[in-house]
Amino acid sequence: MDDERRRVLDLLCEDARYTAEDVARQLDLAPEDVEAHVEALENAGVVRGYTAVVDWAALDDGIVEAKVELNVELDRETGYEDISRRIAKFPEVTAFQLVSGDYDFALEVRADTMNAVSRFVSEEIAPIPEVTQTVTHYVMETYKDDGIEFDDGETDDRLSYSP
Amino acid sequence: MSRLSERAERTPPSGIRRFFEIAEEMDDVVSLGVGEPDFSAPWPARKAAIDALERGQTSYTSNRGRRDLREAIEAHVTRYGHEYGADEEILVTTGVSEAMDLAMRALVDPGDVVAVAEPAYISYGPDASFAGGEVLRVPTRAEDEFRLTYDALERAGAERADLLVLCYPNNPTGAVMDASGLAEVAEFAREHDLFVLSDEVYAALTYEGEHDSIATQPGMRERTVVFNGFSKAYAMTGLRLGYAMGPPEVIDGMNRIHQYTMLSAPTTAQAAALEALESCDDAVVDMREQYDRRRRFVLSRFREMGLECFEARGAFYVFPSVPGDDEAFAEELLREAEVAVVPGRVFGDGGEGHVRVSYARSLPELREATNRIEDFLAEHR
Repeated sequence: MDDERRRVLDLLCEDARYTAEDVARQLDLAPEDVEAHVEALENAGVVRGYTAVVDWAALDDGIVEAKVELNVELDRETGYEDISRRIAKFPEVTAFQLVSGDYDFALEVRADTMNAVSRFVSEEIAPIPEVTQTVTHYVMETYKDDGIEFDDGETDDRLSYSP
Repeated sequence: MSRLSERAERTPPSGIRRFFEIAEEMDDVVSLGVGEPDFSAPWPARKAAIDALERGQTSYTSNRGRRDLREAIEAHVTRYGHEYGADEEILVTTGVSEAMDLAMRALVDPGDVVAVAEPAYISYGPDASFAGGEVLRVPTRAEDEFRLTYDALERAGAERADLLVLCYPNNPTGAVMDASGLAEVAEFAREHDLFVLSDEVYAALTYEGEHDSIATQPGMRERTVVFNGFSKAYAMTGLRLGYAMGPPEVIDGMNRIHQYTMLSAPTTAQAAALEALESCDDAVVDMREQYDRRRRFVLSRFREMGLECFEARGAFYVFPSVPGDDEAFAEELLREAEVAVVPGRVFGDGGEGHVRVSYARSLPELREATNRIEDFLAEHR
C-alpha cells in the first residue's frame, strides 16, 4: 500500500470520526485526496466498516459479553470455511476468528443477559454437528478495547502553564 | 526591612504565575500553555528507574554522572555531528536548567555582558543576573521567522557581549536554524570573541530536516557549550536530567560548582536516561510523528482563522501573532473561551503581539481548543 494511504488508514484506526479535513490537516493533504484514499480502502475491502467502542458496563441495562472457545472436528466434506459461514451469520456473534493453539475458533458473543449467552451457546453453537467442545468465558471487566482505555481519562496532571 | 537578598528582591515573579492562578479557578480549561510533553517517559526508561530503586541504587553517582551514561551520551550525540569525550567533555546535570546556571556561574564575571537571543526560555536572563552578568536582549523578528541573524546581533550591539545564549529549536517560537543561518551567527561570535551557550534540548523534535548545532560550525567547538537533556525528547521532564558538553576546562569549571551545589544528578533518573538512550529511539520517532501531525493541524487551523503564523518546524510550539496586546488577548481568551496560551512578551523582546501555543495535547483537545479560539476571534472582530 502506498505510504500516504497507509497514513490515512492509521489515522482512521486512531479515530474513525476524524473528518476528511481533520485527516488532511494532519497529513498535509487535500481533503479530496483523503476522501479518495478512504474510498479506495473501502472498495478494496481493507476498511470493512466503522463502529463505536462501547463500555457496556457504563449502561444500566448493560450487555453481557463472553469469549467462547470452540473446538471442531472436520471431515472430508466439511472444512473450517463451511463452519465459519454458518457461525458468522448469528447476530449474537460479534467477532469470530480461527486461531492457533489449544482450540480452533475464538468467538465473541454479546447478549442481554448471562442466561441469553449460555442459551445461545448451548442451543445454537453446541448442537452444530462438527462442534466437539465449547468453553465460555464471561467478561467480568473491560479495561481496554480497540486501543481505547476504559479509565476515567483524568491522567493529565501537568500544570496548566509551564515555561 | 526585607530579610531577602537584593538578588532575590530584584528577581521578578514568572510572567505566567498570574495566568496560572486564574486558570486554577476555572474547571473547563483546555491548556495550550503547557511546556512539557503529554506523553509519559517510554516504558523501558520507567522500568529502568524502578529496577534501579528495587536493586537499592540510592546512593550518589560520580559528580559528572555515571560513566556508562556519559559514554552513551558520547555515542548518542554523534548523530548531530558532535564529538565529545565522556571523560572530560560531558557533565550530567539536574536538567538543562542546572547546566545553564552552572555555565553562567562558571563563565560570567560581574559586569560581563550576556546576550540572549529572544524570545527565549525564561531562565537565561535570571541565570545571567544571578552570576552578576548584565543581560543584553537580542530580539529576533517574525519576518526572519524568529531566526537569529548577523544583523539582529549587530542591531542589538552584541559585539560588546562576552556570552551569547541561543535556543534552537526554539521555545517559545518553534523556530529552527539550519547550517547556513548558524554560520552567520558563528561568524559574529568569532569576530567579536563571544562564547556561546546553545540550548538544544528540543533537538530531537525537529520536523522536516535534521537538527544542526552551532558547535559544529568551524572554530565554534572551542567556544561553545551545548546543552541537551531527556525532558523533551524522552518525555522525562519530572525526572530532571540534562547534560552539558563543551571544552574540558569549561566543563571542569562547571563541575567544580556542580559538586558543591548538586553533588550529582538524581541517580534514579540517570538509570532511566541510560535505558532511554539505549532502547528508546523508536519511541522518540513515534512521539515526533505525533507532534508533527498536531503541528500541521494547528498551523492549518490558525491560517484558516486568519491568524498569521509562520511555519514553526521544531519543539512543540507555534507562535501566532494575535490582534492587539498579547497579554490582554491571552487573559481574555482564558476568561471567555477557557483556552490557556502564554503571552509572547513573557519570553522577552520580540515576543510582543504573539502568543505561545503548545501542541503537546491530544488531537481532540487541539480541535476543541482551536474551535474555541475561532469562535472567540469571530466574536471580537
